[in-house]
Amino acid sequence: MQNTETRYFTFAHPPDELTLESGEKLGPITLAYETYGELNRQKSNAVLVLHALSGDAHAAGFHKGEATAGWWDNLIGPGKGLDTDKYFVICSNVIGGCKGSTGPSSINPVTGQPYGLDFPIITICDMVNAQKRLIDHLEIEKLLTVIGGSMGGMEALQWMVAYPDRIRSAIPIATTMKHTPQQIAFNEVGRQAIMADPNWKKGRYYGSAKPAKGLAVARMIGHITYMSDVSMAEKFGRRFRADREPYKFGAEFEVEGYLRYRGDNFVKRFDANSYLYITKAIDYFNILNGKRLADIFKGLKAKVLVIAFKSDWLYPAYQSQEIVKACKLAGIDTTYCEINSTYGHDAFLLEIEEEAHLIKHFLNTVSNGNRNGA
Amino acid sequence: MDWVERGASVLDLGCGDGELLERLIEEKQVRAQGIEISEQAIHHCVARGLSVFQEDIDTGLSEYGDKSFDYVVLNQTFQQVKKPDFVLKEALRVGKKTIVGFPNFLYISARLQMFLGGKVPVTPSLPYEWYDTPNLHFLSIADFKEYCRKREIQIERSAFVAKNRRIKLFPNLLAETGLFLLSK
Repeated sequence: MQNTETRYFTFAHPPDELTLESGEKLGPITLAYETYGELNRQKSNAVLVLHALSGDAHAAGFHKGEATAGWWDNLIGPGKGLDTDKYFVICSNVIGGCKGSTGPSSINPVTGQPYGLDFPIITICDMVNAQKRLIDHLEIEKLLTVIGGSMGGMEALQWMVAYPDRIRSAIPIATTMKHTPQQIAFNEVGRQAIMADPNWKKGRYYGSAKPAKGLAVARMIGHITYMSDVSMAEKFGRRFRADREPYKFGAEFEVEGYLRYRGDNFVKRFDANSYLYITKAIDYFNILNGKRLADIFKGLKAKVLVIAFKSDWLYPAYQSQEIVKACKLAGIDTTYCEINSTYGHDAFLLEIEEEAHLIKHFLNTVSNGNRNGA
Repeated sequence: MDWVERGASVLDLGCGDGELLERLIEEKQVRAQGIEISEQAIHHCVARGLSVFQEDIDTGLSEYGDKSFDYVVLNQTFQQVKKPDFVLKEALRVGKKTIVGFPNFLYISARLQMFLGGKVPVTPSLPYEWYDTPNLHFLSIADFKEYCRKREIQIERSAFVAKNRRIKLFPNLLAETGLFLLSK
């Protein structure tokens, strides 16, 4: 798939702002989104792809003049797991993001300056409410599926709860129904790294030096949690870098060089305040919110495919099994697979062959109508 | 197959690659759900359009309410689980009826191999060598009947098969496989 481009949808113009879960209002809101494939006449083949913490609307194909493909290009395209010859695939950047959707780096229409910390706290629920406005705008009554890994999986779960009549199926991958203390702790260390950077200046750094070091360290911590002990041993071992200076504190080990490279690269494409807001949204996530496990998906008609990965210790399989348990209690037609991978949490972006096989056949079953009895 | 009513709901414990469930859907339009421990088998099931959980049935079916399926099937699974007593108890709780199929350990050719050959038997229904078998429990048709009596499990119907033919006489000696429709 060649040359895809990002489009923009703006809504919630004052006085009709979007009311956020916190009670605050936000508007106008712009969502950056991309689409791949064609929407059929019955508008029954639309798939909403939901990105993770650092993702964006550019899920597949190449932007003109760019060498790197979208973040899930190995899954989305003609003949691939999400086959764009059959499905109309939509991906939008979340609110709070920094890749074209309204976020803390956007201009606050009241002040004419970037929002910074004046941007309201947003939640997964708010992200999904904004996505739903985009789906309304595209005049799609019912999505064939909502699919995403990690934070994207949380959004899929939120769709199941908030808009059960707007989806025919859902595919939450490597995710959880609520963020646990360990997961919150890693995010908090990342946020502290950003806020400890003297360039952060309480979020008012736009137009001057960015809190690059802080954001890079946050990303390094993130990357450690996305890999596994085994995948790191395979990828780096205890190997030294060829250009190392021994007995100094430079990046001597391969793994150090890799983390530094990943951190520095991330700074070029991501906004530190967005990192604060989105990790906070993830930490607030608790789909149960006082409800009983048996009640959370009650009445949902959609089919569900839950996927976990054996070596994922950031979102361990038992958390996906909780989702499956809730589906069982609600009598939902559910499939659960635990893919044997050594990649850790990153597996949902890398272990494509098995994942694509499951997704492809599952969507076949969903779109051909439920052959599974009544 | 004949024992399952059209349009019934079926939970298949240890559904393997989903062949039986697929046939039940095609011929009896059942509402099917499988549980299977092997990832490879899950991929086959999904390719057949089945809904299946990757799970260990030894850990129980606690999320399912009493009598939440018309039928629970334990086809060639019963002898492979760690705790057959517990698994069958759970199956009988969750299913209005339970169908159990297992290889008869005291099939005549197995007996001959044991008594004449002095070796652990290898037969078409028990095709594994002793060092490489998924079967953890070895039972005969007579053992199972006695077990059901002890546990007050009602045997509603039974069928006995050898070499794809129904066996009517001396099933404990002549049948390779026993099939039972149970309720409690």
